[in-house]
Amino acid sequence: MKLIRLLLVIVVSLAAISLLVVSCNGSQQPPDGRSILNRALSTEPESLDPQKSRSVQAADVLRDIGEGLVAYSASGELIAAGAVSWDVADDGLTYTFHLRPELRWSNGDPVIAQDFVFGLRRLVDPATAAFYAAELGSVVNAAAIVAGDMSTTELGVEAVDDHTLLVSLVRPTPYLLSLLTHPSTFPVHGGSFEQHGDAFARAGNLLSNGAYVLVEWSPGSIIELHRNPHYWNNENTAIDVVRHHIVTQEMAELNRYRAGELHTTSSVPPDNFAQIKAEYADQLHIAPTLGVYYYGFNLTRPPFKDNPALRQALSMAIDREVLVEKITGRGEAPAYSWVPPGTNNYEPPQLSFADLSQDERNALARSLYKEAGYSDEKPLRFELRYNTSDTQRRIALAVQSMWREILGAEARLVNVEFQVLLDQMREREITEVFRSSWFGDYNDANTFLAIMQSDSAANMPAYTNDHYDTLMATASDQLDLDRRRLYLEEAERDFLADHAVIPLYFYVSKSLVSPEVSGWEDNILNYHYSQHLSLDATE
Amino acid sequence: MLRYTLRRLLGAIPTLLLVIVLAFLLVHAAPGGPFDDQRVLPAEIEANIAAAYHLDEPLHQQFLRYLGGVVRGDFGPSYSYRDYTVSELIGRSFPISLQLGVLAILLATTIGVMTGIVAALRQNSPLDKVVMGFAMTGISIPVFVIAPVLVLFFAVKLQWLPASWTGSQGSSRLLLPVVSLALPQIAYVARLTRASLIDVLSSDFIRTARAQGLGTATIIRYHALKPAMLPVLSYMGPAVAAVLTGSVVVEEIFGIPGLGQLFVRGSLNRDYTLVLGVVVFYASLIVALNLIVDLLYGAIDPRIRRR
Repeated sequence: MKLIRLLLVIVVSLAAISLLVVSCNGSQQPPDGRSILNRALSTEPESLDPQKSRSVQAADVLRDIGEGLVAYSASGELIAAGAVSWDVADDGLTYTFHLRPELRWSNGDPVIAQDFVFGLRRLVDPATAAFYAAELGSVVNAAAIVAGDMSTTELGVEAVDDHTLLVSLVRPTPYLLSLLTHPSTFPVHGGSFEQHGDAFARAGNLLSNGAYVLVEWSPGSIIELHRNPHYWNNENTAIDVVRHHIVTQEMAELNRYRAGELHTTSSVPPDNFAQIKAEYADQLHIAPTLGVYYYGFNLTRPPFKDNPALRQALSMAIDREVLVEKITGRGEAPAYSWVPPGTNNYEPPQLSFADLSQDERNALARSLYKEAGYSDEKPLRFELRYNTSDTQRRIALAVQSMWREILGAEARLVNVEFQVLLDQMREREITEVFRSSWFGDYNDANTFLAIMQSDSAANMPAYTNDHYDTLMATASDQLDLDRRRLYLEEAERDFLADHAVIPLYFYVSKSLVSPEVSGWEDNILNYHYSQHLSLDATE
Repeated sequence: MLRYTLRRLLGAIPTLLLVIVLAFLLVHAAPGGPFDDQRVLPAEIEANIAAAYHLDEPLHQQFLRYLGGVVRGDFGPSYSYRDYTVSELIGRSFPISLQLGVLAILLATTIGVMTGIVAALRQNSPLDKVVMGFAMTGISIPVFVIAPVLVLFFAVKLQWLPASWTGSQGSSRLLLPVVSLALPQIAYVARLTRASLIDVLSSDFIRTARAQGLGTATIIRYHALKPAMLPVLSYMGPAVAAVLTGSVVVEEIFGIPGLGQLFVRGSLNRDYTLVLGVVVFYASLIVALNLIVDLLYGAIDPRIRRR
């Protein structure tokens, strides 16, 4: 029949077109033999302007295309980068950085101290509206400039000459060097900014003083970087092209890795973790990071206001081992402190009940619960709020059942969208217990402890303790690092004893790294600079 | 027809204005702002950010500022992609969604109509049942199940096709996303074609044509197909709009930088300008597509034209 014949013709031609399309499968490596590294970002960076960036992912890309005075080695140690050496005054209030003379921008211009000054001034300039403007809070006049009371030229940074940078502080800041690895402190090429204005960070405009240059940013898809031949350490940079693929779904990321399109992943899906562990044992990298998952109490409202015994009861009744083994199950560590273990120069004190068995904790929890005035006839009823997500829900369900079983307390689970939860946590009007997390910005206990001072905007539980604030202030005045550590540990001990939060577990970084990649070292900050990596020539 | 078109286009302006006002109010009514984050900012920095983006102005002033920009073709800067303007982002992502959408629609109409015709001609035969069974599967299984299964099979196991948009530079990266987008549409189009063709084939004028001795192929091509296509055409208007503006699920799974994922990202990040820009764009697109469908109706069905 003519119709059936027509139909057949169409089907066959469609099949032919498909075959043609399939055979046009472009190859991954260009024929000129350049090495290309395909990495994954779980979220799109909001900006590649060093002072306007905010997210962890933006910082990951920025560390490839820029460089600060200091940086981290592959194993997570602080090393000299833009600065070849530095002197610290005896009172700890003045730092003199000596820049490397061979530093160059990607157009060949030398990187000079004025470029660093320009970047730092831009960071505190209210017009830039930089998120990390408070990073330099201890630099002379920084706070006043951010508040708009002084001009940016008053900032306590000075270019003594082309290769010498002076930084003046109002108080000794032992972790200053860690702060100076952050992309918000990266230098900016003054001439480029004059020429392009705020568009200086676009692909094609952006001058790089790092190992790679930004060649293309296709929003929603890929960020492509090419080698910067003018980088001072270019001869030790192995990979020619770095492609940061933006992959928001963990399953899609795993599929791409398995198909060979990605060399490294940013995460591992929780659902088939056991299977992945079995199949890719030597490619799976799980390492502790500076992040804590916790449930916070709203200390401004009953029933948890002024009720440390009740808070302690709730904290003790949770079996954290069961949570990390059965619920999250990706190698997380149960949390018995606020600051994660492995933080530089710090030994976190433990919660008072850390050494007890879970049965002993349960018994103590029950007696504290009764002491607070609750019982089976009069159970505690409250809301546990968390952001809508499968993982959060599973943990909340587990904890809810533990509280019910051990104490008889009734927690009502409420899930809201992430932004809504943030809003509610800040307003403190309806939250009672809420789920939150905190990640360290730098490798020092201060990044975790500072937020629990009464004046911190990130103090979600609204914890106020004068003794704690005093200890923190004293710690920040110490020049001797060991003495400082003692004060910080004492402060954390105080904080833990008040049970303002229930730390549940510490985050781990989880990545799949292809066997073709060398130079990947697990470190607590989870920084993996592309310039430290290389691909085997056999691929 | 020209006057009709102009009248329709002019009538679209108040509609779009209403859309902008509603979208603006809704977007600002959602709790949370574009710069909220776990890392709560100190008060002075928040103030600086609010001032830089005019978020500290009263709402009506922000609206007028926005409207003034729209009239000049400036949809504002994006809050979540701080280095780009909204016009740039839409300008980059729409062509990709368009390419995928056009291919998907072409595939869907060709295969859908063909299978619908075959099923109608072989009504109630085993072939008909098998074809409609496949169509049912296409409608019932959601895209977020089909797409990953296709990826697992063709990209991971067989390694014939790339698993993502960036996995290849060639046109092979189009195949899986287009098929995933087209499959549910094929199903709907096939069922619609079959039903409406059966309906048309039982009408009097077809019986007359048969009595005059015309063959089935000729009847279908010259007499039955056009009227049978009317319900399909009605379906295609909104379907094309939906497919063109990108299925978010397909874009997320394949990592395609299309309009759909831009919209969702913007909504979740409370990126007011981006969301408003995409909403205005969608609304204009739907208005235009509905107009085209109405004009096509007139072209296909002379009964409507004579009105």
